[in-house]
Amino acid sequence: MKEFIKKVGFPRFIITVFLIALIILAVYLDIPLSGLLSDILVRFGMNAILVLAMIPGIQSGIGLNFNLPLGIIFGLIGALISIEFQLSGFLGLFVSILIAVPLAAIAGYFYGKMLNRIKGEEMTVGNYIGYSVVSVMCIFWLVAPFSSPELIWAYGGNGLRVTVSLESSMAHVLNDFLAFNIGNITIPTGLLLCFALFAFIVWIYGRSNKGLSMIVAGSNPNFAMSNGIDVDKQRIKGTVISTVLAAIGIIIYSQAFGFLQLYNAPLYSAMPAAAAILIGGATLKKANIVHVVVGTLLFQSLLVVALPVVNVIAEGSMSEVIRTIVSNGIILYALTRKEGETA
Amino acid sequence: MIVPIIFLVLCIVGSFFTGLPASFLVNEMIIRLARNLILVLSLILPIITGLGLNFAITLGAMAGQIALIIITNFSIGGSGGFFLSILISTPFAILFGFLVGKILNKAVGKEMITSMVLGFFANGIYQLVFLLFAGTIFPIRNDTLLLPSGVGIKNTVDLANIKYSLDHLIPFNKIKLPLFQKLAEYPIPTFLLTLLLFLLMGYLLKTKLGQDMRAVGQDPEVARISGINVEKTKIISVIISTVLAAWGQIIFLQNIGTMQTYGSHSQVGLFAVASLLVGGATVDKASWKEALIGTFLFHFLFVISPLAGQNLFGNAQIGEYFRVFVAYGVIGLALVLHAWEKDKAKITLSDID
Amino acid sequence: MDLLQMKNISKYYDENKVLNDVTLTIKEGEIHGLVGENGAGKSTLMNILFGMPVIQSTGGYEGEILINGEPFTPTDPKDAMDVGIGMVHQEFMLIPGFTITENIKINREITKPTVISKVFGKTLEKLDYEAMAKDAKIALKKLDMSIDEYLPVAGLPVGYMQFIEIAREIDKTHLKLLILDEPTAVLTETEAAKFLEIINRLADSGISILFISHRLEEIKKISDTITILRDGELVKTVSADEIDIPEIARLMVGRKIELTQMAEDNRIKKDEILLEIKNLRVNMPGEIVNGVDVTVKKGEILGIGGLAGQGKIGIANGIMGLYETSGTIIKDGKELPLNNPREALKSSIAFLSEDRRGVGLLLDHSIEFNIVFSSLEIQERFLKKVGPLKLIDNEEVRNHVLKMIEDLDIRCTGPRQHTRHLSGGNQQKVCIARALTLEPDLLLVSEPTRGIDIGAKKLVLDTLVRLNRELGVTIIITSSELGELRQISDRIAIIYGGKLAGILKPDASDETFGLLMAGESIEKVVD
Repeated sequence: MKEFIKKVGFPRFIITVFLIALIILAVYLDIPLSGLLSDILVRFGMNAILVLAMIPGIQSGIGLNFNLPLGIIFGLIGALISIEFQLSGFLGLFVSILIAVPLAAIAGYFYGKMLNRIKGEEMTVGNYIGYSVVSVMCIFWLVAPFSSPELIWAYGGNGLRVTVSLESSMAHVLNDFLAFNIGNITIPTGLLLCFALFAFIVWIYGRSNKGLSMIVAGSNPNFAMSNGIDVDKQRIKGTVISTVLAAIGIIIYSQAFGFLQLYNAPLYSAMPAAAAILIGGATLKKANIVHVVVGTLLFQSLLVVALPVVNVIAEGSMSEVIRTIVSNGIILYALTRKEGETA
Repeated sequence: MIVPIIFLVLCIVGSFFTGLPASFLVNEMIIRLARNLILVLSLILPIITGLGLNFAITLGAMAGQIALIIITNFSIGGSGGFFLSILISTPFAILFGFLVGKILNKAVGKEMITSMVLGFFANGIYQLVFLLFAGTIFPIRNDTLLLPSGVGIKNTVDLANIKYSLDHLIPFNKIKLPLFQKLAEYPIPTFLLTLLLFLLMGYLLKTKLGQDMRAVGQDPEVARISGINVEKTKIISVIISTVLAAWGQIIFLQNIGTMQTYGSHSQVGLFAVASLLVGGATVDKASWKEALIGTFLFHFLFVISPLAGQNLFGNAQIGEYFRVFVAYGVIGLALVLHAWEKDKAKITLSDID
Repeated sequence: MDLLQMKNISKYYDENKVLNDVTLTIKEGEIHGLVGENGAGKSTLMNILFGMPVIQSTGGYEGEILINGEPFTPTDPKDAMDVGIGMVHQEFMLIPGFTITENIKINREITKPTVISKVFGKTLEKLDYEAMAKDAKIALKKLDMSIDEYLPVAGLPVGYMQFIEIAREIDKTHLKLLILDEPTAVLTETEAAKFLEIINRLADSGISILFISHRLEEIKKISDTITILRDGELVKTVSADEIDIPEIARLMVGRKIELTQMAEDNRIKKDEILLEIKNLRVNMPGEIVNGVDVTVKKGEILGIGGLAGQGKIGIANGIMGLYETSGTIIKDGKELPLNNPREALKSSIAFLSEDRRGVGLLLDHSIEFNIVFSSLEIQERFLKKVGPLKLIDNEEVRNHVLKMIEDLDIRCTGPRQHTRHLSGGNQQKVCIARALTLEPDLLLVSEPTRGIDIGAKKLVLDTLVRLNRELGVTIIITSSELGELRQISDRIAIIYGGKLAGILKPDASDETFGLLMAGESIEKVVD
């Protein structure tokens, strides 16, 4: 038994046990499992690309990219511009991504340059840079020159709304694409295919010589340097890819959610993504696609199943509480591991 | 030195645009200084001991709030209630501080991000306890504390029975002289207590314990070889920090008069850290001077921003977002500068012989 | 009665016995010199005596220590300090932001009780700055230092810092034994002379001194007794007047038991030059190279030897561009770009770093990835083109690696095992495999058998010789173990003070080697 726990990893074991307990409780409380499963699939697809964005950061050696908000901001801007020009459906989606990617890449490049000067403190600094970026953008959202009625406050008041509905533009485009049902469970095919596509790109990059150089740079900078690798350049590469994936990730997330969340919402986006990949078995220095899939699945399942179950017992924002405890708990666990131990 | 000067300029410029009367500003600043200084003070020892910015003072604030819930539960008010809450919060704060210290010892080199995440984590546990266990596992006597369903503490707890219990502790108003009548309007006892704690901290830094902390903060390896118990010293420093934060939060809330059960403590870390940094402190250097100057400048900026934003940009919201940006930005800047220095230092050391 | 007796001390680091049954005795007021090559065990012996944590965390030690006849089992520096032992380490143990007084008094501050301390405990007693300053001044005066005791240590010249460390030790009133680990390494000539004078005075006042140094003239001049360690064993303890410097050098270096017979050397000796190094300077911390000129012949095995810290390790690191380098390197008639690891690798030079775990391996990756990576990165081998991308060719990798595992007898659970879990010897074999995969014509090897058991040592050295004889690979081997250099090298270059002290044939006398390594000039040697 002890061997099994050690192989699977202590946190994964705890969370899985907790999850199974909740599922049993759900069945006992007559909560329909099919609805839960459909939810889990959607939430998996929604969040997975944001979690994927953590991989290039970990691989290139900058640790957990707590500055996801940087990429997210440009994803939001891309979506806003697309809505401003009244584009909808797949066109709207593609244009959003098309606009967001180059902007995120440039931002990621400069952020990466800065990270090269502060080696060792990337996570702490990234966290607060992320917060600063979000609060500056709050001011920007207030004065941004958008005029589409979808975006701005209806009855006077300045600036963009806090939550922008995507009903008339691109809500659920991917979810519904090629969706089909198995019994009562709806499979959001488009969404899952989208994740599969990006996961494949990240995976195949990690098997190419360029990707391998980046992985080696993050794994052991001295080794990398002695093999002719420019470690600083690789770190910037990883930061750029991570920021771009974050931008794409938020667009996918928002279309599945049905709303664009501006202002303070991006503040809380980095921790859950970091937590998910750590739950999946990644460490601060090593991460792969399996970690993303397993981690996102476990984490989101936990939240989905916990909500209705806990609501029967107590009121209030319990799911938020569970999310806080689980995500921060796993990050804490990862931070206190010694070199060579998995989270 | 640059940072406080920049902020001084910002404050002076902003004060022209804010349109608020000087007398109001002076009053506000006195009140804010009184209720915030001890929270900022609590950050100093961990910086000196080499642990950087202790974002986990949130746990100290929680210890203070637990004590306040307890005295409200038993309807104990007045100055007695106040001192009782200080007393009750202390063992909680010591326990929390001990746990934080132990965890930080396991994350050497990553103390700041760890204390940050620890603060969030503890917040989750705190919410679990007071949302789920209050009224069920922990019986609550005072029904006004609970949510309508009977389970969970209310979002806003009225602390009217201990409001101003420290601020107005000394009954100046009983003396019918104009000077004393004037003094009665200000939180003199709070300032006196703050002064006392500042002096005690100054004393601590001149003792053996304080010297050990300074040694550990500057070079833990040399300290260890010299026989100093590095881990223990760090834990003691965190415990004191957490206890001060607990007392600081109680003092803060007795001035405000109401407690946001699930929110009051979460901004504590952010504002206290920002205040200290605005005063010119860095991740490895801080003293009472930076605490005093910084708390004043930061809160001054805080007060004038919304109206200044209104008058400058026609939008008060901008002012509000601006002051949040200041808080995050100044911390981000301090962290970048500190990390940059650390990275530069690595290269220069190897040039020595 | 003897002040200190260390009896039959042994210590293992993992599989390696670094100290074997060493016995050392010191009398009161005696100055005892301790010499030996690096790796001989001097620092380990001192670390044991001083209760350094590294000893405890690696399995402790065997043997007995007696202080004035009483058993002494140190587990912490504090134990040693309590019993009157002080130590000035090789690396500075000063806090730059503290004043001289504070450094002298660290963790032994003088305090005055106050009201608060009576309630809350002794650690809250107030520091008595005047009393501490007074003591500090006295200690400084004993060392003829007139510097202000309230100055911060940061910014003081390096020579001063050494004296402040000593001041700290002599301030300890019950100091009986002072251990000095390479104290004159950072001092100028005049400072070193003054230093020795002070040591004599201290000994006259009854303090015993244990003096570790590789500067043989100093040891001879100042010691009453000299102990020579070699390979973790005691070679000889002798009174200083009964031995001369060449003899000390000979005993330090010694002759080891031959591990293997030298392979039949059927090579046709050409005198073609493969590599020319001119005025090489390398800024490698701790192993600075100060202008080395040497030529390497094609097909030879050139050994580079010398004591630790004298610069031998810096040479290979400099050629590979891992540290700031200047000078000229010409390979095959073409000038090699400096400070550029990629160019070095592309010029068919491969490197086995002395820092196996830090630089030589990816500990949390598989054996197969480790073996093929250099070749993949530099020579773009083991890749297959798939559309616009070049992907790693798993089949090609697997085949190559399985062959390597067999050829080099790498003991593992399979090619996918992470290298972190291999023994030192097998980790080294993975590094060799990686270097071999590059098919270089010049191989630089640094400390190839450090931390490896005897069996693996033999295999590593045999492999290097095979490479040279069968594939014609030119090898530059840098090692602290003179024995292995003499076993396989055609010529051996000795580095001292960052410069080339001389080039010797492997069969040159022990004295010659010892003296060159200790910095004596080659003329004295020829004598």
